[in-house]
Amino acid sequence: MSDFTSNFWSIYVAGITIVSIVACLLLLILTGKSKGMSTSDNTTGHVWDGDLREMNNPLPRWWAWLFVITIVFSFIYLALYPGLGTYGGKLGWTSVGQHQAEVDKGNAEVAPLYAKFSAMKPEDVAKDAQAMAIGERLFMNNCAQCHGSDARGNKGFPNLTDNDWLGGGTPEIIKADITKGRIAVMPPMAAAVGTAEDVKNLAQYVLSLSGSPHDSVQAALGKEKFAVCAACHGIDGKGNQTLGSANLTDNIWLHGYGEAAIVAMINEGKTNQMPAQADKLTEAQVHVLASYVWGLSNKGGIAAQ
Amino acid sequence: MNNKAFGNYKVIPIVHQEGFEPPRPPESADDGMLSLYASHQTIYPRSVSGLFSNWRWGMVWLTQIIFYGLPWLEWGQRQAVLFDLASRRFYIFGLVLYPQDFIYLTGILVISALSLFLFTAVAGRLWCGYACPQTVYTEIFLWIEKKVEGDRSARLRRDAQPWSLDRGMRKSTKHFLWLAVAFWTGFTFVGYFTPIKQHGVDLLQMSMGSWEVFWTFFYGFATYGNAGFMREQVCKHMCPYARFQSAMFDKDTLIVTYDTERGEPRGARSRKADPAQLNLGACVDCSLCVQVCPTGIDIRKGLQYECIGCGACADVCDEVMDKMGYARGLVKYTTEHAMQEHWTQSQTLRHVLRPRILVYTAILATIVIAMVTSLALRKPFRVDVIRDRGVMARVVEAGKIENVYRLQVMNATETDQRFKVTVSGLPGLEVTSDNELTVPAAQARWLVVRTQLPPEVAPPGSHPIKFEIESIDMHVHDAEKSVFLVPQ
Repeated sequence: MSDFTSNFWSIYVAGITIVSIVACLLLLILTGKSKGMSTSDNTTGHVWDGDLREMNNPLPRWWAWLFVITIVFSFIYLALYPGLGTYGGKLGWTSVGQHQAEVDKGNAEVAPLYAKFSAMKPEDVAKDAQAMAIGERLFMNNCAQCHGSDARGNKGFPNLTDNDWLGGGTPEIIKADITKGRIAVMPPMAAAVGTAEDVKNLAQYVLSLSGSPHDSVQAALGKEKFAVCAACHGIDGKGNQTLGSANLTDNIWLHGYGEAAIVAMINEGKTNQMPAQADKLTEAQVHVLASYVWGLSNKGGIAAQ
Repeated sequence: MNNKAFGNYKVIPIVHQEGFEPPRPPESADDGMLSLYASHQTIYPRSVSGLFSNWRWGMVWLTQIIFYGLPWLEWGQRQAVLFDLASRRFYIFGLVLYPQDFIYLTGILVISALSLFLFTAVAGRLWCGYACPQTVYTEIFLWIEKKVEGDRSARLRRDAQPWSLDRGMRKSTKHFLWLAVAFWTGFTFVGYFTPIKQHGVDLLQMSMGSWEVFWTFFYGFATYGNAGFMREQVCKHMCPYARFQSAMFDKDTLIVTYDTERGEPRGARSRKADPAQLNLGACVDCSLCVQVCPTGIDIRKGLQYECIGCGACADVCDEVMDKMGYARGLVKYTTEHAMQEHWTQSQTLRHVLRPRILVYTAILATIVIAMVTSLALRKPFRVDVIRDRGVMARVVEAGKIENVYRLQVMNATETDQRFKVTVSGLPGLEVTSDNELTVPAAQARWLVVRTQLPPEVAPPGSHPIKFEIESIDMHVHDAEKSVFLVPQ
């Protein structure tokens, strides 16, 4: 990858670098001698403020050699490392390469550990304190941004610590969700439901499904409209994990609680997406992470009933 | 004056006090151009004994017993003083310091700097002359050199002769001993960062880590080079402190001074002669003050930037004055003021306590007291409260508002500690997650804390709250501020 529009600028910059270094050497040679020293009293003959005189105490010669060594060093450095225009140096060092090498080294160090966990069943990994400490760190760095540090989610981001799973809560499904991500769509249903009044009635009916406070008259009116919803949410409104449709009969309101929130959902619909993590995490990491997430709702590695 | 004159010092009568005499003539070429660089002339300091020399040796013993001995002390199950860089823990006897305690390093540096200001204002380059590692190791190396090769005159004579078996043996013995001391110094230095006993075992088994190898040999080599070869050049050309210490001198600073009025006109004389009749001063021009000087200057020319204030010339001159039967103190610690005003010693010392010194002392005392107090009151644990990265606030069942925090709790002791977290600042605010945790010795743990607020208690916006963390075992409280967000 070239940083320059043409080769000229690379040569131009490299030229300035070389010329500057050579100029330093010349400066050292040319200023190493001086003329017109009055040597009688070891001063240079310069006087300031009437009585302040500059002494002529020569530096030790090794001091000048140190300067020469730095110049030699700079040429060796420029030959080995990037520094002259776009020339990459003999060693082929790059910061990206160094980072990659360190990442690889780190991965190689923890590989046996991950290999041990990969060979275990997720239910057993969830019982392993060391694996759970790793899982927690992976979660904090990759999942907590949306699902929260306590994994209890937020509006639009599911709670991972309860037993309500939109797509299923087995370790295999969790692993697949982390790897490939999930997309769930609720289409806008207002046209299929009917008037704005119908939508409000339907919302009251949905509230009634979970026994939340609602207007029973409106809910009764909205009940027949629910047929439109039943295709995905089921006749009983318990949702369908194959489709990823939400259970409407519990007290979990992923996209907001109350008539207004339900009405907005029916009218506008929603596309909710969990991004795929396959390119960020290795398979072994996903395995540990899925075990950790599974363990959040299945305490101590024992599956919840 | 040529360079050989160091050997048999020629008398050059001082005509005019300000007349500078070059330490060596600049090497002039035929074209009248002078080189600004000159090859280094080795200085052969003569050994000296006396009051100031004893002080210096006292400091050598004190500093080096501490330096070489400290890493071998044990404290419970660990090395008493260990700077564990890998796990970022500094162990100093009963104290464990963390990166968060960086302020104490600042404190130590400020105290060191102020001490330097204070000592320098009182008596010039005391640090340089008595306690600086450069001086201390040079002193040790000079002692080895003297034991093996003899004192100044013997060394000069041998170095002027062609190589012989005897000279080769002496030189190689000296360098072997130097290298041994230097290596042990490097080894000890690394012992502050790697447990020294393990380091010793690794050394014997040739299984040292690459950094241990590097630092042992680098520090050893630096000791060998600086104390064996560079010596006064470090002070003259490299040291930054030497450059600015003269700025802290004033008219009442005690500096090693030659009493010109008493000493001049100098000249050799018999011990029985009365100097007044010969029209001579007290200086017998024996040149010993020049021979003992580690920087190769002549103190009789007044204060010079090379002078490190070691007092060797004062010691040797007092010895000569005793032999001559004259009063001591021709070369002594005194001040510019005292020389001008002809004060007695007690008058001079009375001027030590001037405003500048009192101010330095007051600031220094304040910082030392503050640092000691702060260390004494240091909490045995540390807490950081971080609001959750993802969730601002959420509404949970029954309309309660929930905020999530992550608390990092660091155990600063060497025993496990249990902690309990409570929250205050808003009516009805409470921690609803697990609020107890155990942190193992000298470790840090994260705790996710959920707090809930009943609805309608606080208006939308940000509200200051406080987390109270209690160490159950130690009965120590700590409070950390944070904010609770109520959504619109």
